[in-house]
Amino acid sequence: MTSRTSQTLKIGDREFDSRLLVGTGKFSSNESMKEALRASGSGLVTVALKRANLDSSNDPFANILDFLEPDRYLILPNTAGAMNAEEAVRIARLAVAAGLPNWVKLEIHPDPNYLLPDPIETLKATETLVAEGFTVLPYMNADPVLAQRLQDAGAATVMPLGSPIGSNQGLDTKSQIEIIIEQASVPVVVDAGIGAPSHAAEAMELGADAVLINTAIAIASEPSAIARAFAKAVEAGREAFEIGLGSASKKAEASSPLTAFLGT
Amino acid sequence: MHQTIDHPPMKLSFSKKFEAIDLQDLSEASVQATPSDVKRILNTGKANSLEDFASLLSPAAEPYLETMCRLSQAATLKHFGKTMRMFAPLYLSNECVNVCRYCGFSRHNNIPRITLSLDEVEREAGLLHRQGFRSILLVAGEHPKYVSNGYVESVVRRLCESFPSIALELGPLEASGYAPLVNAGCEALIVYQETYDENTYHSLHTTGPKKHFNWRMDTAERAYQAGFRRLGIGALFGLHDWRKEAIALASHAQHLTRNCWKAQVSLSLPRMRPAAGEFEQVEFLPDHQFVQLIAALRLFVPKAGITLSTREPATLRDGLIALGITSMSAGSSTEPGGYSAFDETSFTPKDEQPGEQFHIADERPPAVVAKAIAKAGYEPVWKDFDQSLLADPTVSEPMQSPEYQIGKIESLESLDPVSIK
Repeated sequence: MTSRTSQTLKIGDREFDSRLLVGTGKFSSNESMKEALRASGSGLVTVALKRANLDSSNDPFANILDFLEPDRYLILPNTAGAMNAEEAVRIARLAVAAGLPNWVKLEIHPDPNYLLPDPIETLKATETLVAEGFTVLPYMNADPVLAQRLQDAGAATVMPLGSPIGSNQGLDTKSQIEIIIEQASVPVVVDAGIGAPSHAAEAMELGADAVLINTAIAIASEPSAIARAFAKAVEAGREAFEIGLGSASKKAEASSPLTAFLGT
Repeated sequence: MHQTIDHPPMKLSFSKKFEAIDLQDLSEASVQATPSDVKRILNTGKANSLEDFASLLSPAAEPYLETMCRLSQAATLKHFGKTMRMFAPLYLSNECVNVCRYCGFSRHNNIPRITLSLDEVEREAGLLHRQGFRSILLVAGEHPKYVSNGYVESVVRRLCESFPSIALELGPLEASGYAPLVNAGCEALIVYQETYDENTYHSLHTTGPKKHFNWRMDTAERAYQAGFRRLGIGALFGLHDWRKEAIALASHAQHLTRNCWKAQVSLSLPRMRPAAGEFEQVEFLPDHQFVQLIAALRLFVPKAGITLSTREPATLRDGLIALGITSMSAGSSTEPGGYSAFDETSFTPKDEQPGEQFHIADERPPAVVAKAIAKAGYEPVWKDFDQSLLADPTVSEPMQSPEYQIGKIESLESLDPVSIK
């Protein structure tokens, strides 16, 4: 049975009860982030290493990691800030040296405006880090061929964007994501652009294995409450996918089928 | 060692593009914009052209300030979240060969001239580090003897272990001059045009390398070629017609966003403050229009950072936290060595600082500013970059002490000889 039809989400050698992944940027305080993460029920949360203190000095001014509860979540370091493969690989190695899991969410976006991922550098970094034993979850544009290439390179998931980070525009790339899901042999996590629980449910109904939400929770007036709403939407979308949705049609079925002449 | 990014030169530098922009025409059109022009723009939620931006600066837009601020807030939240990046300036030297009539460091001003030794820099930086700062802006006057590239590079190498993010605000250099500073660990380059009106510029900058208007204007692009990741530009409001300055600045920001696509562009909108010298500002930008300008910039270049310094008073700064600002300084001294003269517990100046560049307005210590930011519902972010992105921790390369450009330095008496190896 593949992970897509099982009740738990399996990535690499780990299983997760929740299919909601949450990011930790943009919150109004570390306390509000901590509460929202709890409320989300997520088992996998990602944190930008550039925000964290990676030496052992317990810096109170760079203490975001202190607010992540390792007994509740697997912490997924991400490489935001890296502009190329070399930089992403460096910071991933440093995270492991600092005692973080050897899991990495690859984020390589040289363009600071739309934070769109660089496909060439992402593939290069995936190859290097997989060879070094990392579990690699690459953030990528919704490009089905790139998804195949990343899969071949040993990525543990593919993480296509629904729309640009922070845009809250939902699944602008829906038709490409459908192809990625159809072809995927690793879990598909729709990452970025999901602005409403309905977007999350839509991704799950399409058959995505999980979604990752950050901005829509972090900048909401009540992050914890909206995190719960997203959790419900993810569950509802997943259930609908597993049950199987009736296909929608704008036209009524003809009452006299064209194939009536074949008899019964 | 970090590989300097070698970007190809711009096809058309901003100084060339700028020649074709009719600021007079745009500012006149701005003043004459109608309420229906403003409503049309606000209905789309963004300024799609420089003309739209100019309309948002118009008197006709003033009654819509609340709407503009709401749109600005929403756009800022999407890209930057509920966070405020914190930084502090560290003044290395107030030696300057330029004559800038409005600046406290201007060559002929009779102020105590100071260039910090490396040990003094480290002491100042340590005081800022204790306050929480992990992002630092190194500022110096323009002086080939006292503020040589080798000196700045040594400072950067001293500080980069404690400060993940180092920005520079120095006299403009060639791209080849910037490259060693990027290699040493600098992330950002800040350069203000001061005024975009060429006649005003020449009347204010009478002597020194700063008098070259176009050379200064293209500095950010040279910095990008050398590999800087953040480019800060700005105009000093008070020197010339504020609308013209704002339109030019917005156009410059758009040009950099389009041409320097790997860099985060950030904007500063300093308003004149009292400083040494007799200069009287020619046009005051009132608070209401200042806020209007911030919101209009956000609707024109929604993903640009906007920095607010301690030049502005506390009440205004607190009010602006949620309206489009993305980075703030706090507890600043604008005098080289000024932090060492602060009261240790309150982190505020004990006495007047005669060697300062200008006098700040918000004297609250960093912790108090951070509290105000939290109270506004925002997280003060002290660390938002990591040197490991630049330097490979797995390669232990012996630190090369850069050589000073001895040929260019007539005397090293202002540098600590013990710290130069």
